[in-house]
Amino acid sequence: MTHVAKEPVAVVGVGQTKHVASRKDVSLAGLVREAAQQALKDAELTWADIDAVVIGKAPDFFEGVMMPELYLADALGAVGKPMLRVHTAGSVGGSTALVAANLVAAGVHGTVLTLAFEKQSESNAMWGLSLPVPFQQPLLAGAGGFFAPHVRAYMRRTGAPDTVGSLVAYKDRRNALKNPYAHLHEKDITLEKVQAAPMLWDPIRYSETCPSSDGACAMILTDRAGAARSPRPPAWMHGGAMRSEPTMFAGKDFVSPQAGKDCAADVYRQAGITDPRGEIDAVEMYVPFSWYEPMWLENLGFAAEGEGWKLTESGVTELDGDLPVNMSGGVLSTNPIGASGMIRFAEAALQVRGQAGEHQVDGARKALGHAYGGGAQFFAMWLVGSEPPTS
Amino acid sequence: MPEVLKAPLIVEFPFTRSLGPVQSAFLTGLRERTVLGVRTGEGKVLVPPVEYDPVTAEEIRDLVEVGATGTVTTWAWNHEPRRGQPLDRPFAWVLVQLDGADTGLLHALDAPGPEAVRTGMRVRVRWAGERTGAITDIACFEPYESETRSQVAPHDGEFEDRVSGIVAPARLDYSYSPGRAQTRYINALADRRAVGERCPSCRKVYVPPRGACPTCGVATDEQVEVGPAGTVTTYCIVNIKAKNLDIEVPYVYAHIALDGADLALHGRIAGIPYDQVRMGLRVEPVWSEGGRWPDHYRPTGEPDADYDTYKELI
Repeated sequence: MTHVAKEPVAVVGVGQTKHVASRKDVSLAGLVREAAQQALKDAELTWADIDAVVIGKAPDFFEGVMMPELYLADALGAVGKPMLRVHTAGSVGGSTALVAANLVAAGVHGTVLTLAFEKQSESNAMWGLSLPVPFQQPLLAGAGGFFAPHVRAYMRRTGAPDTVGSLVAYKDRRNALKNPYAHLHEKDITLEKVQAAPMLWDPIRYSETCPSSDGACAMILTDRAGAARSPRPPAWMHGGAMRSEPTMFAGKDFVSPQAGKDCAADVYRQAGITDPRGEIDAVEMYVPFSWYEPMWLENLGFAAEGEGWKLTESGVTELDGDLPVNMSGGVLSTNPIGASGMIRFAEAALQVRGQAGEHQVDGARKALGHAYGGGAQFFAMWLVGSEPPTS
Repeated sequence: MPEVLKAPLIVEFPFTRSLGPVQSAFLTGLRERTVLGVRTGEGKVLVPPVEYDPVTAEEIRDLVEVGATGTVTTWAWNHEPRRGQPLDRPFAWVLVQLDGADTGLLHALDAPGPEAVRTGMRVRVRWAGERTGAITDIACFEPYESETRSQVAPHDGEFEDRVSGIVAPARLDYSYSPGRAQTRYINALADRRAVGERCPSCRKVYVPPRGACPTCGVATDEQVEVGPAGTVTTYCIVNIKAKNLDIEVPYVYAHIALDGADLALHGRIAGIPYDQVRMGLRVEPVWSEGGRWPDHYRPTGEPDADYDTYKELI
């Protein structure tokens, strides 16, 4: 087998809608259009500059639109161009970006528009996730109930104090105040308010769950030549990987899934990262329930097993900490499910481009974007840097 | 081998859609017996209208009113109309190019039989008696001899009380079968026994079994009776009522590793105050009359299991 050098991949445009509870003023086409046009504007490109379009969204049952890629081709300028759709549950925004990136890396296309979206206000997410399958005992709890026992298992395994989850929610909601696109802007948030919220699925409080949002996120990915024409600094992809594993199997570790560890290890190997904690400046990870921050800190190799909560508790993951996590406010502040993974990837890119505005981490040179979905089943991650990859 | 279980599974959701400016004008227009199209950059009139130009990708908002008469450009006879289709008797699916439009609108043509339908025939809209701002405001098309009228009139898309959203019911009819392995499991449950299956390769016991080991990718056909007692490996306290579940909150939703099983299944814990449930609690199933699965699990009264005995099952 001969190895042909991969084309370096650059992010030269990022766009997203202002995420809100409900966008009744636009169709799905109108919603995706807004994000795509912002990304084009950021890159100072036109529809004619795009060679292919790769989109992602949550499973079809959520909005009941079968083959949205067909319906949205006009809105995304895809006529006469290749258009692909990616399906990987909640991680889809991340894996969609990676499919687009791989098309550029392989030299198949020069410039690709990638986009992910969700209109939760017009979705039946809860129904879509729990069909009344005959002969099967119904799940006895909602989505939070599915994840809450794993949070308890983490607490038992690590001895983490039960306040850690509230610290994450308090931090992410304050970060969201600095992000004009975030859905939740809780201006009068206090730690006391977070901790006083009712327990929905004990140990998960209402204040430690993600909202339901309408929104879309888009990125323009391009090759070296495209990056050279970019009006603003590009973000360069240094590594990207996806892994999956079954939702249920004997030996599955729901607290720290093997697929997540393997995915991170692959990304670090590609990017030449040997010490993630020391070498990565900012992390945007998929945290739908607050406790997943310390859990993923361990799963992604930023902390030893059992030690993730200590980073959170000591303020390391604050916006001005040594390893800021979820600078955008995270999924806890914005959750258009199909787009949530891409928003993480886009935030990592904004950080290394120095374009993150008020939630910019000073001097961020390497950032990780992370997404997961299904029953902790699909993982997608990328590492982007302010400088082109050296190999 | 006993019969494999089978049952209907009907998935039915009333999805909502926000229309955006163009579809909103189109559907409100139908309510007012007005068919609107949109003019593209190269001057073509699309009916139904779209928001973005299929050729240039530019936003298009140049609405025009087209005729309620048109020409059939192609068709197919529908011998057996199904539930939810425009007519309850055999009809023709037609693409109708309305006068003034450059594209075909898909709809139904009311005709006595396929011999009465031909490409190029002239038709007109038959409006529904009660119109709400939906494609069904056109009840169907009907044969109507008339001259072609190609003029279109500009339209501002403005109407009183515009329709901004619709409800689009979706329904899927499945015939669901859980397969052989789960049928065996479900039939054993009817005798109040939990029967898992062991992977011949990794020796793990799956409950419920799915016929194959997801790790090794080989069939699991060795039956292994597990339980009836088990250990709570982890749990949460549910404080909000879930849809379609008639259980008083708070209650405990737990992962329970039945004795002899290599992964936990899910169940409710009762017979103990919810705030006294703990990891390691030993429990046993409680059946209700005619239940397909245990109604809940209750403490056995044994000492709690040591963490090390179940930590690999969390």
